[in-house]
Amino acid sequence: MRYLKAGDEILYTGKLYTARDQAHKRLVEEIKRGKKLPLDLRGQIIYYCGPTLTPKGRVIGSCGPTTSSRMDEFTPLLLKAGLKGMLGKGIRSEDVMKAIKKYKAVYFLAYSGCGALLTRYVSKKRLVAYADLGPEAIYELEVKDFPLIVAIDSKGRSIYG
Amino acid sequence: MRQIEAGKIKKAVAELVLKANYALPVFIRRALKSAYIRETNKRAKKILKAIIDNAAIARNEKLAICQDTGLPVVFVEIGQEAHITGGSLTNAINQGIGQGYRQGHLRNSIVRDPLLRGKPGFVPAVIHTEITAGDKIKLTVLPKGFGCENKSQVKMFKPTASISEIKKFIIEVVKNAGSDACPPFIVGVGIGGTQDYACLLAKKALLKIVRGHRSRVTGHMGKLARELLREISRLNIGPMGLGGKTTCLGVNIETYPTHIAGLPVAVNISCHALRSAAKII
Repeated sequence: MRYLKAGDEILYTGKLYTARDQAHKRLVEEIKRGKKLPLDLRGQIIYYCGPTLTPKGRVIGSCGPTTSSRMDEFTPLLLKAGLKGMLGKGIRSEDVMKAIKKYKAVYFLAYSGCGALLTRYVSKKRLVAYADLGPEAIYELEVKDFPLIVAIDSKGRSIYG
Repeated sequence: MRQIEAGKIKKAVAELVLKANYALPVFIRRALKSAYIRETNKRAKKILKAIIDNAAIARNEKLAICQDTGLPVVFVEIGQEAHITGGSLTNAINQGIGQGYRQGHLRNSIVRDPLLRGKPGFVPAVIHTEITAGDKIKLTVLPKGFGCENKSQVKMFKPTASISEIKKFIIEVVKNAGSDACPPFIVGVGIGGTQDYACLLAKKALLKIVRGHRSRVTGHMGKLARELLREISRLNIGPMGLGGKTTCLGVNIETYPTHIAGLPVAVNISCHALRSAAKII
């Protein structure tokens, strides 16, 4: 991850964990209360995504990124807890940029508004936590050759300049 | 009086939900294709290609164009000679929305209480009704994604405000939408009426055919729309906010008379996946 530069385009194979607004709120509340998280964030990538329901015979429904900046207030604490990457769309706050540099993490972009296309790269989906949140639950996705753009690298350089 | 069964409305709404979420309107597909041809920025071109491919996959494989299948906004034009039988209009619409979203495996994005939130469901829709002449009912379903809805704004100008002040505001709204709201955008502008009515006009402007640079709307509003499109295109936001000349596919303006003391201007931003479908029954 540390060799990635802002602007690089890569194909990622591995795991992603979906989490958006309400899941972030809960994760951060649990960290603040000193509780154990429902998943080990260390070294993982969170994907800001709430997929549609899964059509019959498919692994996942439409699954593109949501606006990352809504997660800005929660991100530094998750990075402190060991999170290594975030995947979403759009710009991040100054605080998040600083935290990314401090914890040597990376912020990626996925093709936005391309949820149908991105289903092609997902081979598995498993519920991890917060089922009551519906599409905002945390899912573990196994992806193959998922196209990513490096937006903010571990040195704090940004594609948005 | 022409009798129209509520069940017929429910069925039509369910069909429109699927059509809108799977198949991008032809004029948007056309606008994307011509933007792809005109675009010179390499990365912007690549992203536009992904957007075009995405629309084809969604249509062919019956997948949602975007996972944000929106808050369903339903416009109903009811002819004054039409009489709905066998149930209420509101129930018929919401049942149709529920049926369509469930059947299409779309996303349950609606929380019952805006403060308490809770587990999301499919309904209710936001419904705008209008009484018109005749005995038909026109239904239009606009599943509005919230990445772009969040960036929409309204401003109450002084009646003496200049066109350039209004333009500046609209362009600022687009700049602020930036990379978050999935550019290239379609910008709906509502000018006039009251504060709430200007917002409705801006949303309705998104239902009009988007012709972009080929727009032939005449008069001062046509001129304003073309100037706005030109200036927005110079912002270099580009697809995903990563640069390029494809920032906006079109600007549509709707107007209404207003009060001597005011000049409301509303801007409703749509992402590139501007989905809507309509049917007359």
